Amino acid sequence: MTTLTSGMKRLAVFALAVVSTPFVAYAAGEAIHIDRQKWNFAGFSGRFDQNQLQRGFQVYKDACAQCHGISRVYFRNLVQPGGPVFNEDAVKGLAATYQIQDGPNDDGKMFKRPGRLSDRVPPPYANEQEARSVHNGAYPPDLSLITKARGVEYQGSLFAHPFHILKDMVGGYQEGGADYVYALLTGYAQAPADFKLADGMQYNKAFPGHQISMPPPLSEGAIKYQDGTPATVDQMARDVVAFLHWAGDPKQDERKRMGFLVLVYLGFTALLLYGAKRRIWAKAH
Amino acid sequence: MAQHDSTYKPGSRLEHWMDERLPIMRMMHGQFVDFPTPRNLNYLWTFGGILSFCLAVQIVTGIVLAMHYIPTADMAFDSVERIRRDVNYGWLIRNVHAVGASMFFFAVYIHIARGLYYGSYKAPREVLWILGVLLFLLMMATGFLGYTLPWGQMSFWGVTVITNLFSSLDAIVPGLGTKIVTWLWGGFSVSSVTLNRFFSLHYLLPFVIAGVVVLHIWALHVVGQNNPTGLDIKTKADSVPMAPYAVMKDLFGLGVFVLLFAWFVFFAPDYLGHADNYVPANPLVTPPHIVPEWYFLPFYAILRAIPSKLGGVVAMFSAIVVLVFIPWLDTSRVRSARYRPLYKWFLWFFFFSVLALGYLGGKPAEGVYVAWAQFFTAYYFAFFLLIMPIVGVMETPSAMPRSIAESVLGGSGQPAGATSAPEKR
Ligand code: HEC
Ligand code: HEM
Repeated sequence: MTTLTSGMKRLAVFALAVVSTPFVAYAAGEAIHIDRQKWNFAGFSGRFDQNQLQRGFQVYKDACAQCHGISRVYFRNLVQPGGPVFNEDAVKGLAATYQIQDGPNDDGKMFKRPGRLSDRVPPPYANEQEARSVHNGAYPPDLSLITKARGVEYQGSLFAHPFHILKDMVGGYQEGGADYVYALLTGYAQAPADFKLADGMQYNKAFPGHQISMPPPLSEGAIKYQDGTPATVDQMARDVVAFLHWAGDPKQDERKRMGFLVLVYLGFTALLLYGAKRRIWAKAH
Repeated sequence: MAQHDSTYKPGSRLEHWMDERLPIMRMMHGQFVDFPTPRNLNYLWTFGGILSFCLAVQIVTGIVLAMHYIPTADMAFDSVERIRRDVNYGWLIRNVHAVGASMFFFAVYIHIARGLYYGSYKAPREVLWILGVLLFLLMMATGFLGYTLPWGQMSFWGVTVITNLFSSLDAIVPGLGTKIVTWLWGGFSVSSVTLNRFFSLHYLLPFVIAGVVVLHIWALHVVGQNNPTGLDIKTKADSVPMAPYAVMKDLFGLGVFVLLFAWFVFFAPDYLGHADNYVPANPLVTPPHIVPEWYFLPFYAILRAIPSKLGGVVAMFSAIVVLVFIPWLDTSRVRSARYRPLYKWFLWFFFFSVLALGYLGGKPAEGVYVAWAQFFTAYYFAFFLLIMPIVGVMETPSAMPRSIAESVLGGSGQPAGATSAPEKR
């Protein structure tokens, strides 16, 4: 009983803190400027570039996968239209290089078997605790939704803000997360002299608070692209961000293609309705 | 006017047979075909129909989503992702429902603003208006409950913050608020139990809304529609039959609205939402910036403008409840703000204040933001409690047309050059 009441008390105090000061943490942090990038998948006519997604997957696999999962992505997604569209046999082969826990079998035992197209891409760690224990308490998040789960705060003047909002609505701006992750991956730098960097931390211009426990994952020429594209940090960052954006929204191309037809259809219908309305009301004015 | 006789003429034997037993077709014909509508309605009057459309869309897409959604803390987020990725056209249904909620609120704000501007809340439309306020409250409850369902960070922390508001009652009766919060949660924290009951209620409320919409439209059809002049329908020349006139105009208005809707569904589905809701709920990590959906922001700003917690909660709820009383707070004999030269400016500034509060609701509650939120909150209440009663008495209305027909057609109010008056067709 005592634990219950003390638990409740703690909860009440906590709840009060949450309600009365939800913004203190935010207010303490300084605003960070994130540049907008040109993405070929952005906006009304933007579509994913299959080659870029293939390169991006390679970057993910070679430079991120040892720490980050993309567990909402299944191997089958990698061969589906609208994505990297790898050769099916190649993906089957890739899946088979992973050992997946399955079962129980008829003897009631769990067992390992080679991966299949219908499996999720296995994460590097069994759970969050294991990941944290390896990374000094930091947690490399699953990246399947990362570009959707991050955004960019507006920083311009108050008076321009409404117009900015309007412009983004009309332009269908959905790439704030992609802009942020790109800025993060290319944002490693020497810490300013007066900046106190904790042990094992890196200075990063884009990360809130500027201290990140992820070591710079990309370095010039660290991987060799199969299609011969020069592997600059900028190139790799763009490619992996494109891939992660696809991983978060594998139906994007289908959505935009259908959206185009729907808008044409609805626009035409609206015109017809307007014509009909004019004719009907012509007699009433 | 609403008590006009339906001109329904049963055609077939079956229709005759039915008409003698349940004259539903006669009623529908009377209410939705030859029902007299003011001939001067502008496009702001198409939003009632648009709202009915929104409600239908939310119910249909919601029922399909519920077939795939799993209301448990472990599975909710994953099940929504499965809908987005693996269910056939699940991404479409989910986008329509999520964007649809925003479009619904966008439409209802225009609908309410229309009512305020043209004085549609005044006698004899008080009950119609109050039913509208009830609909607004029910919509807010539904929207809030629905936003918890994906069980992302904003869902979780939104519920935590808003349900916790009730604990402010502890300031009146110690222990009461905490008890209510525990009761709402179904435990000592926001958990799977909370999610499950919120899902149940989120499924229920739209049908309650549908019921109240029937009453709302019934009340409308007893007193008839208001119009931009605020004048009553006096002669036949003032009105046109609902079909095809108003129906066609409504259809075109809806057509344009659906275009906007589709733009968001297909090209900016996440624009109106918050990135943090793509992070699965985590009771141990508080997001740096907890904000509700955009359509709650004006009220959220009022909540935070008041330094005391209980005071903030009271102010927030009063901001909606005060709407119930405005039919009696507004003392002017003239309905439409068009003919109220002084009041008009106060009203436009009121609209601006609500937008400003919406903006401030999305900003951190600190420094100048709080000061401005307090200023606009003060104006919000002063507008209803002081300006409406006082300006209504003081002001001299400007010259008004003698009839609706005159306002549209000029002169005598006869349709110029019309071979036959439309209402005789
Ligand atoms: C050596 C392990 C390691 C590798 C390799 C690695 N990361 Fe990380 N990553 C981390 C850790 C640890 C964190 C948590 C950082 C923190 O919270 O301080 C992190 C965090 C992140 C974040 C989240 C930042 C935020 O806003 O919270 C992103 C995005 C990210 N990594 C992307 C990548 C990408 C893309 C790659 C491959 C190009 C990559 N990481 C490679 C360890 C790694
Ligand atoms: C679920 C939400 C709602 C639906 C489906 C709905 C539906 C309708 C419909 C179909 C009409 C007739 C067409 C029109 O005049 O636009 C109407 C009129 C009206 N509604 Fe609503 N409504 C809703 C919410 C509200 C709210 C929140 C209010 C006010 C607080 C409100 C106040 C009014 C008034 C005053 C009228 C009469 C307007 C006039 O004749 O000038 N409604 N509504």
